[in-house]
Amino acid sequence: MKLDRTAWLTLVLVMGAALALAILNQATPPGSAAHVPTYVIALAGKYLCFAMLALAVDLVWGFAGILSLGHAAFFALGGYAMGMYLMRQIGTRGVYGNANLPDFMVFLGWHDLPWYWYGFSWFPVALLMVVLVPGVLALVFGWLAFRSRVTGVYLSIITQALTYALLLAFFRNDMGFGGNNGMTDFKDILGFSVQADSTRSGLLVISALFLCAQFLMARYVVTSRFGKVLIAVRDTENRTRFLGYRPESYKLVVWVLSAVMAGIGGALYVPQVGIINPSEFAPGNSIEAVIWVAVGGRGTLTGAIIGALVVNFGKTWFTGAFPEVWLYALGFLFIFVTLFLPKGVMGLFARRQRRPAEIEPEVTPAAREVTG
Amino acid sequence: MTEADTLLYLDGVTVSFDGFRALNALSLVLEAGEMRAVIGPNGAGKTTMMDVITGRTRPDTGKVVFSASTDLTKLDEPAIAALGIGRKFQKPTVFEPHTVWDNLLLALAGDRRPWFSLWARETVSERDRIDAILETVRLKDQRQRRGGDLSHGQKQWLEIGMLLAQEPQLLLVDEPVAGMTDAETEQTAELLREINRTRSVVVVEHDMAFVRALDVKVTVLHEGSVLSEGTIDHVSEDPRVIEVYLGR
Repeated sequence: MKLDRTAWLTLVLVMGAALALAILNQATPPGSAAHVPTYVIALAGKYLCFAMLALAVDLVWGFAGILSLGHAAFFALGGYAMGMYLMRQIGTRGVYGNANLPDFMVFLGWHDLPWYWYGFSWFPVALLMVVLVPGVLALVFGWLAFRSRVTGVYLSIITQALTYALLLAFFRNDMGFGGNNGMTDFKDILGFSVQADSTRSGLLVISALFLCAQFLMARYVVTSRFGKVLIAVRDTENRTRFLGYRPESYKLVVWVLSAVMAGIGGALYVPQVGIINPSEFAPGNSIEAVIWVAVGGRGTLTGAIIGALVVNFGKTWFTGAFPEVWLYALGFLFIFVTLFLPKGVMGLFARRQRRPAEIEPEVTPAAREVTG
Repeated sequence: MTEADTLLYLDGVTVSFDGFRALNALSLVLEAGEMRAVIGPNGAGKTTMMDVITGRTRPDTGKVVFSASTDLTKLDEPAIAALGIGRKFQKPTVFEPHTVWDNLLLALAGDRRPWFSLWARETVSERDRIDAILETVRLKDQRQRRGGDLSHGQKQWLEIGMLLAQEPQLLLVDEPVAGMTDAETEQTAELLREINRTRSVVVVEHDMAFVRALDVKVTVLHEGSVLSEGTIDHVSEDPRVIEVYLGR
């Protein structure tokens, strides 16, 4: 796989920025002009996790034409798997000091750990679950949906229903995932305090590494022959069938891969924000992720990362400065991008340096699909 | 004619959509190596016939047998394509964001599974095959152009090239010269004859001059069944064909 200039720039900027922030936080004393406060580190780490979710959305939406309005579900499931590990690490330091049960279970009057919590005190098991839970859910969901040739807006609606169903399920205390409150008050991860500046800086750098790895993997996938088939499926699914391809298999592979990527993003998100609760399943979150991709430029990968970072930076600033107008601003941004920048921020760059044999697909059907 | 010479055999195929019989007990025999032109007025069932053969539509009754033994009505589109039946649509459908080269690469006969294509590298033999097809369909100088940037006629040829790349035994070609210039039409007839040297072809067409230029056996469809069959001169003198085409 050859990397073009945009890809190199993406990798260098993501890694460079994360390292610079981490070093400035660790190597300079608080109060000095060059010091980066820890809240900025946590914020940046959170943005990078959102960028992983955006990358996952772009992979299925930009290259396979699957407009998922439920991708945050996979992100949240990865987050819950990590949250369960972090809960088990609390041990006797909880309010009730129960070594065997997390606080919320003691509060509910439970006496035994539910079977599905077994093994979560062991980090490798938690990691496996971060990959497996979103992956298997995506496999089952995708197998059923793609085999029945559910496409377009119908598929979008059932992905939305999927995340909403999970939202309702995780709200229930009986589910054993902390209900409404979710999981919080984490103490440490692999023995490092989650509150420590050094851990936060480390998590930021690890998030950047994972984002870069996911970016490279996604790029490999879309530039391979597999990716070419995928783009063909996106634009003219029927034609690929008459050529002997099974579009449903291609969609399923990329769908599961994308769900796992989102899950990993969620797993890195939880230790950095310190909480996971059912609101992560809220349908609005998934729709926001689609907006990030649309803003950055659908079907460009780099654009997904830019979109996630820019929109979330805007969200942080807006919700601080004018909290009541943020949703209007987001809606306006989406309409503006759909109407005037169908290729998003990346379209602005592409206009200046368009080469004849670009691998970047035409993105015009994107706008139509969203508005239609 | 023995059974071994028969490549495709449709027997009493009926398809109805909401009570409308698109195909009405249609029977048709295509010999191996044959080129057949199928004509008929709008709604005669030409495209539905193609849909049935390629697995897009399942017939209500009737048999569709390929290569003497395979029942096509039990298979879906990719399975039928893998058997060696290629289809060109009426409206040219090429993969617009991909280059001419990549369009052909994706069409080349080979492993179609995701896992294979994820790791596939372009081989020398693949390159040679693509080069040969580019030569046949007269697109040698267009290889790096995007499919979407080609002219209408070039798209039609690219799609025929993609069909060739599939190395099918049977090509189904739906209105290949619709919207083509006279020169392009002539070249297309020549191209199809060239292809027919090694493969069987079914051409659905409205353009009578083109059908005449092909100079092959003609089947006339009307209201979902065969009205007349024979040489172009034979069918164009058939009073029933004249009635259908010229109105009653």
